[in-house]
Amino acid sequence: MARNTARPLSPHLGIWKPGIHMTVSILNRVMGAGLATVGVFALVWWLVAASSGAEAYEKFIGIATGWVGYVVLIGLTFAFFFHMAAGIRHFVMDLGAGFELKSNRTWAWATVVVAVLLTGLTWLIILNKGL
Amino acid sequence: MGSGTGLGRVRGLGSAKQGSHHWWLQRVTAIGNLILVLWFIISLLRLPSMDHDVVVKWLSSPLAAVPMALFVINVFWHFRIGMQVIIEDYVHGGMRVITLGALHIWTFAAGGFALFAIFKIAFTGAPA
Repeated sequence: MARNTARPLSPHLGIWKPGIHMTVSILNRVMGAGLATVGVFALVWWLVAASSGAEAYEKFIGIATGWVGYVVLIGLTFAFFFHMAAGIRHFVMDLGAGFELKSNRTWAWATVVVAVLLTGLTWLIILNKGL
Repeated sequence: MGSGTGLGRVRGLGSAKQGSHHWWLQRVTAIGNLILVLWFIISLLRLPSMDHDVVVKWLSSPLAAVPMALFVINVFWHFRIGMQVIIEDYVHGGMRVITLGALHIWTFAAGGFALFAIFKIAFTGAPA
């Protein structure tokens, strides 16, 4: 729809000082989109390969345990835990809580910390098992 | 009839009256995801290895195949809703229609392959 340029536009992102809360919010979208595309592709490939037989499965594992595979899988693990933590944060905010500046900042940082810690823990377990 | 001019109503402008349902389903599937994806990650971590026979044996148990199928349905439903919101925010005009169509095909095609693979392993995988 064409906009009448004679009329003022409500101020948007440009007037706010960037902060961790808006960063976590937009990253939640980015991570969700990544999981819905790359994550779903990897999941379906893994399942179809497993159901197609040992040979197809070996091919998948070969790529998944190459350096590209590790980068993608660690990225997906982080994306999931981030999306999970940010989703829980949004649940709390849906209830109308956590909007005070200080607690909002704290929970936004907690989202990042939780995502990093859980990703690290998961991959420590995986590498420990030598998978 | 509701508010708005007669012309506006004829053109079908205004809310489709489904926004809150969409919003609510996003939250319901999010709770499901929280449980099912954590189940999936923990289950994989508990497997002795990611070798083919191990994975097939695991997925041929109903206690793995059924949650796995629910996991796919719930996750795919959630991302179908979420990606629609993202597309509606950033893609406009004719491209929006095309992108939403592509999203629909992606969701059901990927979901179809995933569910078929799970059921194939569940029904034929393990030696009796």
